[in-house]
Amino acid sequence: MSFITRGFSGRSRDRDDRLPPGQTLVSDFPVLSAGPTPEVETEDWEFTIRTESGVHRWNWDEFMALKIDDVDTDIHCVTHWSKLGTRWRGVSLDTLFENVETEQDYVMAHSYGGYTTNVPLDELLDGKSWVAFEFDGEPLDPEHGGPARLLVPHLYFWKSAKWVRGLVMMDQDEPGFWEQNGYHIHGDPWKEERYW
Amino acid sequence: MSDATTSQVMALGAALESVPRSGWHGATVAAVHRETPNASRLELDVDGWPGNAAGQHLDVRLTAPDGYTATRSYSIASSGSSTRVVLAVDKLPDGEVSPYLVDEVRAGDMLEVHGPLGAFFVWAPAGQTGDHRPVQLIAGGSGVVPLFAMAQAHADADDSTPFRLLYSVRTPDDVYFSDELRGLADTSAPLRLDLVYTRRTPEGWPTAAGRITREALEAAVIPAADRPRVYVCGSTGFVELVADWLVGLGHDPRSIRTERYGGT
Repeated sequence: MSFITRGFSGRSRDRDDRLPPGQTLVSDFPVLSAGPTPEVETEDWEFTIRTESGVHRWNWDEFMALKIDDVDTDIHCVTHWSKLGTRWRGVSLDTLFENVETEQDYVMAHSYGGYTTNVPLDELLDGKSWVAFEFDGEPLDPEHGGPARLLVPHLYFWKSAKWVRGLVMMDQDEPGFWEQNGYHIHGDPWKEERYW
Repeated sequence: MSDATTSQVMALGAALESVPRSGWHGATVAAVHRETPNASRLELDVDGWPGNAAGQHLDVRLTAPDGYTATRSYSIASSGSSTRVVLAVDKLPDGEVSPYLVDEVRAGDMLEVHGPLGAFFVWAPAGQTGDHRPVQLIAGGSGVVPLFAMAQAHADADDSTPFRLLYSVRTPDDVYFSDELRGLADTSAPLRLDLVYTRRTPEGWPTAAGRITREALEAAVIPAADRPRVYVCGSTGFVELVADWLVGLGHDPRSIRTERYGGT
C-alpha cells in the first residue's frame, strides 16, 4: 500500500546506495535513550563475558592492553537517521572471544543503567562487532555510551548497547529491553526490521 | 549476571503488554491548524488504527509523484481507542518532512502512518496499572506533545494520581496546547502547570526569561522523597541536563523515562 501525498516533492534524489530503505542521512549524532545517562568511571568499569562454564573479566587497563581496531563504518538508527563513514576505535568481539569456549549461540548484552539487548553470537563474530571506546578521534561521550559501547553496525543501532558492561551467553534467543518494548527481535536495517 | 535493575526495568516495559501491535495504515488529514508560529496541529483519520497509549509515537511516510519516500517519527498528542489521531509538528529549519506537514498539508490530503510505536515512554491510568505514584512531566519545547497526551489521558480517566507538568518554552506564543493545558488545570483531577520562558515572558511575569536552572527545577518538580514517576521529553541537550539534575536531586534513575528528539 503506497500512494502519492499531494504537494510533497521531497528534497534529495541523489539517494546514496549506502542508505538502507526509510533512512535519512544526518550530519549530527542524535541520541536514543530510555532514561538518564549513567555515570561510569573507567576506574570502576569492568567488562565480563558469562558462559555456561564461567566468567571472563577485564578491567579498563586490561581491556586497553588488548588488540585495538580502527573501524570505519556506517550506522543506522531505527528512528530513521543514518550516518555514513563514522570512525571508531575498539576491541573486536573476535579478540574478546578468543579464549572463550561456549556451546551457547545467543547473547544478551547488559549495560550500566540496567538496559539489555539480544544478538545471536554469529552476528557478533567474524569482524562484525566491537566494544568501542573512541568516536571520531575522541573518547566516547557518556550520552553516546561512554566509556564503552557495543558497536554492531550491520544491525539497527539500538543493538549497539551503550554503557555496555557484559555479555551473557544464552541457549535461546530472548528479547532485551527495546525488543520487549516494540523493537524487532533481530533488527536488520536492509530488511527494515524495525518493529514487531 | 543477575541484575535486579534489568529485571525491574523489564517489568515496567512488560506492564504494557496490552499495547496494540503496530502496522501501516492509510491516513486522511481531517483538520490542520496553526499551533504556534512555527508549528501545526494535524488531526488524522487513520484507517484501521487500533488505538494508542498516551506517550506513544508513529512514523509518517510521504510519497512524491516519482515514488520517492521520506519517513519520520512523531509523538502522538492523543490517546485511547479513537481512529482520530492528533499530531503537533514543529517545523525544523532544514527539514524535509516537517515543512510540508506544517505549511503545505491541508484537509483531505492522504499520507501513511505506521504505529502505534513504543511501549516504554507511556502512561496509563492507575485504574489499569495499579500504580498510584505521582507523575512529574518535564517538557522542553515541542517535547510537550507526548506529555500532553498523558495529561489529557489523566484528566479523561478522572485519575486521582497527582500530576504536574514543568514546561520550558521560548515565548508565550510558543506554548503548544495552551488553552487545553489551562483547561486541564481546572478539572476534577487537576494538572499542576509550571511554565519556564527561555526568551520572552508574558507581561508581569515574576521571573526574567532564561534557561531553566537546577534551583528552578528543584522548586517546580515533585520532590524525590515522594517517589514520582518522571517523564522528560525535549532536545537531547535539554533531556541530558534535566535527567542529570534529577538524579543529582535524589530521583531514582529507574523512575526517570526520557525521550529525545533530534536529527531531521
